Amino acid sequence: MTKRKKLMQGNEACVSGALYAGLNFFAGYPITPSTEIAETLAKRLPAIGGNFIQMEDEISSIAACIGASLAGAKAMTATSGPGFSLMQENIGYAIMTEIPCVVVNVQRLGPSTGGPTAPAQGDVMQARWGTHGDHEMVVLTPAGVEEVFTLTVEAFNISEALRTPVILLMDEVIAHMREGASVPERGELLVVARKEPKEPPAEYLPFKPQEDLVPVPAALGTGYRYHVTGLYHDETGFPTGNPEKIDGLIRRLKHKIILNKDKFSFFEEHLTDDAELVLISYGASARAARAAVNQARAEGIKAGLLRLITLWPFPSTAISRICANASAVITAEMNLGQIYAEVCRVLDSTQRSLSVTHVDGTLIQPQKIFAAIKEAAK
Amino acid sequence: MNRSTGIAKYLRLDRYPTIWCAGCGNGQVVGALLRAIDTLELPQDKVVIVSGIGCSARASGYLDFNTFHTTHGRPVAFATGIKLANPELHVLVLSGDGDTTAIGGNHFIHAARRNIGLKLFIFNNGIYGMTGGQCSPLTAHACSATTAPNGNMDTPFDICELGKAAGATFVARGATYSPVRLEAMMTDALRHDGFAVLDCVTQCPTYFGRMNKMSSAAEMLQWQKERTIPLEKTALLPPHAVKDKIITGVFKSESKPEYTALYRNFHRQLRKDGPHV
Ligand code: SF4
Repeated sequence: MTKRKKLMQGNEACVSGALYAGLNFFAGYPITPSTEIAETLAKRLPAIGGNFIQMEDEISSIAACIGASLAGAKAMTATSGPGFSLMQENIGYAIMTEIPCVVVNVQRLGPSTGGPTAPAQGDVMQARWGTHGDHEMVVLTPAGVEEVFTLTVEAFNISEALRTPVILLMDEVIAHMREGASVPERGELLVVARKEPKEPPAEYLPFKPQEDLVPVPAALGTGYRYHVTGLYHDETGFPTGNPEKIDGLIRRLKHKIILNKDKFSFFEEHLTDDAELVLISYGASARAARAAVNQARAEGIKAGLLRLITLWPFPSTAISRICANASAVITAEMNLGQIYAEVCRVLDSTQRSLSVTHVDGTLIQPQKIFAAIKEAAK
Repeated sequence: MNRSTGIAKYLRLDRYPTIWCAGCGNGQVVGALLRAIDTLELPQDKVVIVSGIGCSARASGYLDFNTFHTTHGRPVAFATGIKLANPELHVLVLSGDGDTTAIGGNHFIHAARRNIGLKLFIFNNGIYGMTGGQCSPLTAHACSATTAPNGNMDTPFDICELGKAAGATFVARGATYSPVRLEAMMTDALRHDGFAVLDCVTQCPTYFGRMNKMSSAAEMLQWQKERTIPLEKTALLPPHAVKDKIITGVFKSESKPEYTALYRNFHRQLRKDGPHV
C-alpha cells in the first residue's frame, strides 16, 4: 500500500519526529533559522501534557533540558550557530554526566552573526569539537524532510541508549524546505525507552557501566539518591583524584560511542558500484551532488555519490571501502573543506582527493559540482 | 533531642572531611538549612539540591539528597528544567555570590520573574574563594581582593533589592553570626510557594578576611555583627545610622501563583477547551 505523503517543512518534521520519539520537554531561545521548531512545539507540547519553556538564552535552554532529562524527561533544544556556540559548555557537561538530550543546530552562515537565513554547513567541526576536552560526539545530518523525521527519532534513540547528547545538524535549506514526507505509524519505528536501575538503592552504583559501557543513572526522585557532577568522578558519582579512575572515565565516555557506532553509522550510496569518481557530500549539498552525478552519468562519466548521514563518529570504514577503486574522490560541501580534510585522512595517500567548497551564502548548485567532476574526469 | 544528631541523617559522612577551610561560614549556612529541612520533614528522596561552581557549591556532595553539581552560574537554569519536568520535587539551589550575581545573574532574574518554585540560597561571602580571593559583584566598595588590590571601585549589588525588583515572591537576608534567625528564614523560604531568595551573609576568613585585615572567623563574625541591623530596628533609626549597613530580615513574602502550577492549570484548560490559536 502506498502511503499518503504530507507536505511538511524540515523544522516541522523535526518536531513531529521528536514527538514520535517521546519528547516531553523543550527549552529554547528564538534564533533564525530554527525558530519554527520552538514555535511549533509551543503549540503542540502543552496539548499533550508536555512542557515547553522559552528561556532567557541558549545557555539556560540546554541547562534546563539537561535538568529535565535528569528528572526523567525526554528533552530537546534547537538553535543555530551563535546559540550553538553558547551551548557548548553544557553539551560537555551532558557528556561528562551522561545525561541524554538532543540538540538541533540548524546551520546558518558564520562566523558570528553571519547570515541568519543563508545556507551553510560551517558547523561540522564545531559539532564535533565545540566543547572543551577529549570526547566523542554523535552527529547526524539529514538531506530531506522525511529524513529529518526519521533521524530525529534516531537522535533520541541513540541519546537514550548511549546516555550522551546527540546533535542533529541541519542546514537552513533542509530546515525551511517543504516537501512531501510520509509519516510513520506508531510502532513502525523503534523508540528506545530510558533504562531504569534494577538493583535496590543500597547496592546501586549510578555510574557503573553495563556491558555496552553505558551506566544506568536513575531519574531524580525515584528513591535512588546519588551525586551528579561535571568533575571527574568514579562509579559512585563522587569526585575522585585517582588517576586510574580518571583515565578510565574519560576513555569509557569515548569508547561507549565507538563500541556501539556500527548501530548508527548511516550513509547512502547512489551509483557507486562501478564509479570511477566518487562524490562525498551531505545535507542540502548532497542534493546538488546527486543532480551533478546524474548529469555526469548522462554524459558517460562513471560518477557515484556517497551521502554521509552520520557525520560523527566519522564513517571511515565505509568511505575507504566505497572509494577503494575510485580514481578520484570529490568532497562537496557548503564550507571551506571541513569534511574534505577528514576524507583525505581516510583515503590512500596515492588517491586523488578534491574539494568543492562554497561559502557565499547561497545554496551550492549542481553545475558547480558537475564542473568539478568534468575537470577530474579529464 | 540534640539538633545536630537530628541532621546527621542528611549528611554523607563518608564524604567528610569537607574541602572547606577552618572557620568558613559555609558549614554554618548548610547546618541552618538542614535544621530547617528537618523541621519541615521534607522527604529526602524528593529533595533535589542543585549547585553551581565555587566553594559553597561543593555542599551538594556532602548532602544525602538527590544532588546535582552543575556548571558555573547555571544551577538556577538546570533547576528550572527539573522543577518544570517534575513539580513534586523540592528543588533547592545552593549558589555563591559570584555564581548567582555575576555569571548567573541573567538566570537569577528570569527565574524570579517567572516565580518558579525554586528555593535559592546564596552563600554571600563577597569574594571568589575557590579561585583564591577575586572580587565578586557583592564585594563591598573599597574592600580588597586579589583583583582589586587597591580597594574595590565597583558598587555591589543588593541581592534582595534585585530579587524583589525581578519578581521573586519571597526575599530575605540572614547572616551566619545569627544562625537561629538564619534558620527561621530558611524554614520560611522552604515553606514558601514560589521563587524564594535567601541572601545568606557568610564569612570567608581565608581570602576575604586575610585581604581585609581580619585574620580569624571570630573577627569576621564580629565585623558582620557590627555592620548588620535587623529590619525591625531600622524604623527607629535615623537614615544616616542605616546607611551602608547590612539589613537582615524578610523583605517580601507575597502570595502569587507559582509558575509550574500556573503552567499546569493553563494547559489543563487548554486541553479541555482546545487551543486558543
Ligand atoms: S576559601 Fe573561603 S569560602 Fe572557600 S572554603 Fe575557604 S573560607 Fe570557605
